Amino acid sequence: MTKSYLEKHLNQVLEAGNKIFVPYIMAGDGGLDQLNEQIDFLREAGASAIEVGIPFSDPVADGDTIQQAGIRALREHVSLTAVLETLNQNKDREIPILLMTYMNPVVQYGVKAFARALTEANVSGVIVPDVPMEEEAVITDALKEEELAFIRLVALTSPKARREALKQRAEGFLYAVTVTGTTGERAVHKDEVQAFLTELKEGAPVPVLAGFGVSTPDQVKKLSQFGDGVIVGSRIVKAFHENDRPVIKTLIAAAFNS
Amino acid sequence: MTNYQQPNEHGHYGSFGGRYVPETLMPAVLELEKAYLEAKNDPAFTEAFDYYLKDYVGRETPLYFAERLTEKLGGPKIYLKREDLNHTGAHKINNALGQALLTKRMGKHKVVAETGAGQHGVATATACALLGLECVVFMGEEDIKRQKLNVFRMELLGAKVEPVTSGSCTLKDAVNEALRYWVSHVEDTHYIIGSVVGPHPFPMIVRDFQRMIGDETKQQYFDKTNSLPDALIACIGGGSNAMGMFYPFVDDASVQMYGVEAGGDGVATGKHAATLSTGTVGVLHGTMTYLLQDDAGQITEAHSISAGLDYPGIGPEHSHLKDTERVTYVSATDDEALEGLKLLSETEGIIPALESAHAIGYLPKLVKKFSKDQSIIVCLSGRGDKDVETVKAVLGGKVND
Repeated sequence: MTKSYLEKHLNQVLEAGNKIFVPYIMAGDGGLDQLNEQIDFLREAGASAIEVGIPFSDPVADGDTIQQAGIRALREHVSLTAVLETLNQNKDREIPILLMTYMNPVVQYGVKAFARALTEANVSGVIVPDVPMEEEAVITDALKEEELAFIRLVALTSPKARREALKQRAEGFLYAVTVTGTTGERAVHKDEVQAFLTELKEGAPVPVLAGFGVSTPDQVKKLSQFGDGVIVGSRIVKAFHENDRPVIKTLIAAAFNS
Repeated sequence: MTNYQQPNEHGHYGSFGGRYVPETLMPAVLELEKAYLEAKNDPAFTEAFDYYLKDYVGRETPLYFAERLTEKLGGPKIYLKREDLNHTGAHKINNALGQALLTKRMGKHKVVAETGAGQHGVATATACALLGLECVVFMGEEDIKRQKLNVFRMELLGAKVEPVTSGSCTLKDAVNEALRYWVSHVEDTHYIIGSVVGPHPFPMIVRDFQRMIGDETKQQYFDKTNSLPDALIACIGGGSNAMGMFYPFVDDASVQMYGVEAGGDGVATGKHAATLSTGTVGVLHGTMTYLLQDDAGQITEAHSISAGLDYPGIGPEHSHLKDTERVTYVSATDDEALEGLKLLSETEGIIPALESAHAIGYLPKLVKKFSKDQSIIVCLSGRGDKDVETVKAVLGGKVND
């Protein structure tokens, strides 16, 4: 499914008066045979789209929870190739899928082959946390060819001119990183986050989603208020690992009518 | 030959290098580049750097003709660039000091660093003590066990040593943690990376802060002989001492250059750190370069008797110099390095660091390619005091067996 499918799908969520909720899961944490079932569960629970994480040996943007999940997945020999094969088995899933991967596995897979494989597996786009604007041509040409979305991250530390440039290039949605740090649960967000999200939303061609450090229903409601929704990673990963699915349902429900 | 001009404005060395970092760090990386380029052209900065290098570090270091080593090897004249004589015992202090001065210039007052064997950590802690900066050093738990004395040194110097328990608990993981710490404290903290690795502008800055090794060598050799040396040789982990030595000679086509990687148990065994000899291209720690990795793009562990060479990546400029064939990259095994250490100790009364011993250990092979009227300069990057325990454990105290 292409970028336009993702954008259309997200807009439908907003048009229905709800906020967008994108959960992140680590592919293969608990075994790759869980992946398609987890996707179905999240769709039924009301997720708007799903970020599927590819485990990597050196995940510098991630905090402890996702690091540990990655280590568990790597112990199960989960690879980008294996994840794409698994996704291929459930192509009619009726929810947009995004891959979140560090650049190195993509380099090994081959950038062009990667883009073609994404289309084949009915994936809508990718998030690559270690590829900033300056280096994005290394992957965006191949993605464009397949009409796949390259989701860009904007940080609290990004100066205004950079935020504008990222906004202009945005595809799918804009990933607003709401903490100055790695992924993982946080008790509070800085006061400036509200202004940050409000500023990004103004004139943004795509929805603005808050991610990093979002882990409670309250945070989901609060951060959705200023943007168009949230991305929740570590808390979802932890809940799947502990087989505590009600937590996931409660988190997703917080995005409805909030 | 046209003048060598690397990196380009994007921090690329041919198809290598770049800035593969999270967006949160991009502004800091751009700020650092701007601050560095300004500092480089500011006489006040270069004067301050030169002052400390001379009066504090003890530069310039000698270029020493190793007569007995030359005799023993029976080939070209061997010279040693004595970086082991620097304050703190290795070339690492050059870069640590330069970057600590840069930290102050940027108005930051905290420093984070990674360390493997502890040499860069000690150098950074030293520079921070000298300039009154707060210092946190990430070090793998395995390395902490192996290098207890260096941990204590850093603590004496006022640094906080943070054990790293993720991954293989060695240098690679210490870099990951230092990068994560930097992402979370980027507003008031500078990351003093220890080698010519990481995102642009680090490989350029570290090279420039180490290039006095090659600049001095060139002048000193010329003063002695009115000519250029025939070859240079240096050990390579991330590659900072080699880059500092090679860079001023890149345009001198007659000077052959050899980088010696850590061959561990032997390149064929898979237990080594010979990134350029056996690796494939990928992205790690912010840069596109040769890496030790599996088919799926997972970084594999490096192995070497020398903790300072135990890194699965390599500076991107070395990758470029490999592909353009300007530098020849080879490897020396643990055993060859130990032989090198013994050889230099016995012939010259200099116990080299295990890192530098790899360059010495390759000499018996290299000298065969040169005649007696030619000369080879070895970058003796550090002294071996820190390694005596490791060496004793391996040789079992029976050095002459």
